[in-house]
Amino acid sequence: MAASEHTVLQFTAPSSTSLSAKVHPLVLFNICDCFVRRPDQAERVIGTLLGSVLPDGTVDIRNCYAVPHNESPDLVALDIDYHHNMLVSHQKVNPKEVIVGWFSTGLGVTGASALFHDFYSREVPNPVHLTVDMGFTNGVGTIKAYVSVNLSIGDRPLVAQFQEIPLDLRMVEAEQVGFDILKTTSNDKLPSDLEGMEVTMERLLALIDDVYKYVDDVVEGHVAPDNNIGRFIADTVASLPKLSPLALDKLLNDNLQDQLLLLYLSSIIRTQLSLAEKLNTAAQIL
Amino acid sequence: MANAMARSFLQVASTEEVASPLRVVQIEGLVILKIIKHCKDFAPALVTGQLLGLDVGSVLEVTNCFPFPIREEDEEVEADGANYQLEMMRCLREVNVDNNTVGWYQSTILGSFQTVELIETFMNYQENIRRCVCIIYDPSRSHQGVLALKALKLSDSFMELFRTQNFTGEKLREKNLSWVDIFEEIPIKVSNSALISAFMTELESDMPVIQCDYDRLQLSTNPYMERNLEFLSECMDELAAEQQKLQFYYRSLSRQQGQQQAWLQKRRQENMARKAAGEEPLPEEDPSNPIFKPIQEPSRLESFLVTNQIANYCNQINGVAGQSFSRLYLLKALHAHDK
Repeated sequence: MAASEHTVLQFTAPSSTSLSAKVHPLVLFNICDCFVRRPDQAERVIGTLLGSVLPDGTVDIRNCYAVPHNESPDLVALDIDYHHNMLVSHQKVNPKEVIVGWFSTGLGVTGASALFHDFYSREVPNPVHLTVDMGFTNGVGTIKAYVSVNLSIGDRPLVAQFQEIPLDLRMVEAEQVGFDILKTTSNDKLPSDLEGMEVTMERLLALIDDVYKYVDDVVEGHVAPDNNIGRFIADTVASLPKLSPLALDKLLNDNLQDQLLLLYLSSIIRTQLSLAEKLNTAAQIL
Repeated sequence: MANAMARSFLQVASTEEVASPLRVVQIEGLVILKIIKHCKDFAPALVTGQLLGLDVGSVLEVTNCFPFPIREEDEEVEADGANYQLEMMRCLREVNVDNNTVGWYQSTILGSFQTVELIETFMNYQENIRRCVCIIYDPSRSHQGVLALKALKLSDSFMELFRTQNFTGEKLREKNLSWVDIFEEIPIKVSNSALISAFMTELESDMPVIQCDYDRLQLSTNPYMERNLEFLSECMDELAAEQQKLQFYYRSLSRQQGQQQAWLQKRRQENMARKAAGEEPLPEEDPSNPIFKPIQEPSRLESFLVTNQIANYCNQINGVAGQSFSRLYLLKALHAHDK
C-alpha cells in the first residue's frame, strides 16, 4: 500500500547506550564444565547468569548455573522450577547476586534464543545474553554479549533485535591464581612461595633484558627511536627513589636484620616445641 | 569350561577390597576458582562449603563444589542447612555433576585452623564417607601472590585414638603418636578439561607480567608479619598454660602418692598393734578416704593442636622471610646498577 508519509525505522535506544558487561573467569569455567557434562541429546547448554549491576550501568557477571532445557524443531521448553530452586539456593549464600541475564553455547543467536530471552526479560528488565562458542568455528573461541533492542516503525513495535554490547573479560582472578595452573590440562603440583618468586624474577629479568636490547638498538641506529618509549623508560628509571648510598645501605641492612631476627625467633620456637613435646609425652609417672 | 583363572562372581564379591592409601588430590581449576571467589567475597568471615567428586584408587578427584550459607545462631538452622544441601545436590545431579561428597573446604585466617571443631567435623564425615579430605584456603596469603591451598586428612592412628577420647601420656606413647601425626597433608594436583584449557590459552593476556607478579614483588610485608607474630605469641601463651596444667597435675599426683604411702604406713602399724592385741586387722585400703581419689590426667589434645598451629605460623614466617630476602637483594642490585 502506498504510504504517503515516510515511515522511519526507529531504534528505541536502550536506556543506557553505554551498556557494557564484565565477565569473571569463573563464569567461563562453569559454562565450559556444564557444556562438557551436558546430556547426550542436547546440542547446547542454556543457563542463568548471576551478578549485579554496577552504579555506572555496567553489568557485572559473577556466577552462573546451567538449567536443563529441551529444544526440538517444534517445541522449546525450559525447566522453570529448577531455575527458581537454584536461584533461591544461590541467594541463600550470596543475596547480592541477582539474575542479570542468561547464557547459551554456540555461535550466533537462533530463533529459539528469542523465546528464552523473552522469558528472562520477564524476570529482569534488560537481560544480557551471553554466547560462548564451544566449537571454535572462527578459529577462536568467540564470547559475545547481546541485549535486546526493540525496533519499531512509527508506533508499531516490529521486532526485537539482538544488539552486541562491549564485553570486558576481567581475568584478574585467573591471573592471581596463575595461568600456568589454569592453562594446562594437568599440573603436578602447586608452586611453593619460593618457586613462584623465582618465576616472577625471571620474568622481570627478561623484561629488563628487552629494554636493554631496545636501548642498544636505538643507540646503534638499528631501530628508529620512538620518543614515547624513550620518555617511558626515562620515567621508569627516574621512579627509583633517590637515596644516598649510605641511607640505602642502612635501609636494606635494617630490613635484612629484621627478617633474620624473625627467622631466628621461629627456629627457637621450634626447639621449644620439641622440648615441650618431650615433656608432654615422655614424662613417666613413678 | 570355567578355568581356574576366572573367579566366580561369588568369589569376587566376597573378597574385600583393600583401600589403597590416598596419595594425591586432583582438583579442577573450576573448583579452585569457586573456592577463591567464595572466600574472597566473605573475607574476613570464615566460610565453608562442600566438595563433590570421585574417589578413584589412590587419587581423590574433586570436580565441583558449592558454598554453604553463613549460619546464623538460629534453631531452624539444622533443618535449613540440611535442606539446602539436599536441594543443591539434587539440582547439580540433574546437570550431570558428580553427586558424591568427598569432603569440605573452609577458609582460614593466617593458618589458624587447627581446632577441635575441625577434628570433630572430620569424624562426622568419616562415618559416612570412606575417604574425605578437607581443603583449607587462606585468602590473606593470596595478596602476596601465593596460592595458599592445602589438602588435609586426619591420620588413621589419630582417628582411632580420638574415638576412645583418651589422650593420656601412656596411650600416646603406646601408639607412638606425636603432634606431627595428627594431620596429614596430601599433595594437590590441578587438572583442567581440554576445552577450558583452550579458552584460557587464548584469553591469556599478552602482557608478560601479570597480577600475581605485581603481588609477589610488593615490598611491604610488615603488616602480615606483625599479625603472624601476634597470633604466634598468643599461641605460645596457650602452650605455656597447657604446660602449667601438666606440671600441676604431676605435682599433685606425686603429693597424693606421698600421702598414700604415709597413710599406708600408719595403717600397717595400727594393724600390727591390733594383731598384738588379738583384734581383727583393718583393711589396707580405704576407698572413702579422699587421698585415694584418682586425679584426672589432663588431655594432651589441646596442647597438640596448639603445637600444630605454632608450627604452622613458624612455617609461614619462614616462607615470607625467604621471599623478603630475595626482594631485598633484588632491590640492592637494582640500586647498585643505577649508580
